Amino acid sequence: MQIYLPIAEISVNIFLILGMGGGVGFLSGLFGVGGGFLMTPLLIFIGIPPAVAVATEANQIVASSVSGVLAHWRRGNVDFRMGAVLLAGGVVGSTFGVWLFTWLRELGQVDLVIKLSYVVFLGIIGVLMLLESGRAMMKRKNAKPVNEKSHHTWMHGLPLKMRFRKSRLYISALLPFTIGVVVGILAAIMGVGGGFIMVPAMIYLLGMPTSVVVGTSLFQIIFVTANVTMLQAVTNQTVDVVLAMLLLLGGVIGAQIGVRVGVKLHGEQLRGLLALMVIGVSLILTFDLVIEPSDLYSIGPANHSEGH
Amino acid sequence: MTTLTRHLWYNRSGVSRILMSLCLVAMTALVTRMAIGQDLVVDLTKNVVQVTTGFTGSDVMLYGHKTGPGDIVVVIRGPLQQIVVRRKKHIAGIWVNGDNMTFDAVPNYYAVASNKPLDDVITSYERDTYQVGSGNVEFEPLDINAPINEIKFFREALIRSKSRQGLYAIAENDLIFLSEDMFRTEFRFPANVATGTFSIDVLLVRDGLVENVKTKLLNVRKFGIEAAVYDLAHRQAWIYGALAILIAALAGWLANAAFRRA
Repeated sequence: MQIYLPIAEISVNIFLILGMGGGVGFLSGLFGVGGGFLMTPLLIFIGIPPAVAVATEANQIVASSVSGVLAHWRRGNVDFRMGAVLLAGGVVGSTFGVWLFTWLRELGQVDLVIKLSYVVFLGIIGVLMLLESGRAMMKRKNAKPVNEKSHHTWMHGLPLKMRFRKSRLYISALLPFTIGVVVGILAAIMGVGGGFIMVPAMIYLLGMPTSVVVGTSLFQIIFVTANVTMLQAVTNQTVDVVLAMLLLLGGVIGAQIGVRVGVKLHGEQLRGLLALMVIGVSLILTFDLVIEPSDLYSIGPANHSEGH
Repeated sequence: MTTLTRHLWYNRSGVSRILMSLCLVAMTALVTRMAIGQDLVVDLTKNVVQVTTGFTGSDVMLYGHKTGPGDIVVVIRGPLQQIVVRRKKHIAGIWVNGDNMTFDAVPNYYAVASNKPLDDVITSYERDTYQVGSGNVEFEPLDINAPINEIKFFREALIRSKSRQGLYAIAENDLIFLSEDMFRTEFRFPANVATGTFSIDVLLVRDGLVENVKTKLLNVRKFGIEAAVYDLAHRQAWIYGALAILIAALAGWLANAAFRRA
């Protein structure tokens, strides 16, 4: 069954979109990630214009992170104070990101920047995660006790110190703010929530306890992706609510199944699998950039700013 | 079920065939009557193509009547747009968009149909005048001082790209004569066609020269939900954005509530 998307202005198979939503939702439930980094390239691959894919995916992530944060909030796993600081940075970053996106679109380089960001960030994160989970698996085999490391670095000399009770931290607010800015920019350009950057940054850079990391990052993602959705809707008119609704429907169901499967697997194995998948996506996109295209020329609508 | 209805039921295709022939006869009669005193009369089966939720493209039939000898060439051109063509270049191992050229007033959709191969029907001079054949579609680069060679490359690339998307189509021999004077042809508007006004020129060609031209207009428009969503997104972007966020937040909350109980 075909459905015509009013903003993307193409006709797509409704079951294909539901299936993609379900598949990515399953993986995000399984691994506890947003899945934006998988969905946006998939949408572009099936012919959704990249600008529409990025903006619409931001809209969908609003829904999945609301659903996720409610579950964590009930267990008391959200550090709202930390979330607010991250969010302040996120609003600044994502506003700048949407502006950057519009500018790149006028230059005709937005597709390249989207793909390059994916290649670079997914490549780095994937390799780091793979190494980490490998090390964790080795440790589990050798059954050595894990020593908690608390190190003092230059980061602890920064001003504007704040106490984050839930995270049991006393650090400079500039640190989470900066992380928020970086993730906000990525959210706008890549059409992702940014959890895959934020979660490791919170654990390894800030030293937050793992239990509150996911809930807090989801809390921040809701507002940053909402900001991206609004700005994309106003600046570029590229948010397709019909597409977002279809993805959402499949995603919600897939995620629930994923969570149930996920509890049966080991954490390190899961992270190893996720790492392989992230590296896979990165490699496919690299391939796309390196291989000579069959037609060197491509066409697109002219931007009005080029007209005068 | 009576015998008669059962008979009709099992012979549905037969019935529709009869109905269609009746329609054609009626159409022929009508067009012939309209045609008295004119050497070319044409009409479309519809003047508006509705883009609705289930839109997967649309077929529009054109039929007409000519008096006297001659061939028929039909040219359809869709809404005019500014199009930028970009050329990739190899930088540091990856393919990056390099030079570009913007063309003005490019038809989003272009199609030609004729009853014979174009070369046998119409002179190249007339083809140029009436924009017959994708090589003769009229659109110019914004930068009129661009090198001729470059314009040619970018122009050809644009036409190549449009053909790949199914938006530029040349259908020689696709126009059918039902009798000596009656003809019809069908055009396919794919799902990715732009909305707007399309002009349809029907040329009566004798000895390679255009004798008469009839022009029809066709409108492709979004309807219903499609139109409502599109209009809101473009005219009330703030409200649209707020609604999109609200719907998403509500859906997330509902999903959580539904699966908590399960």
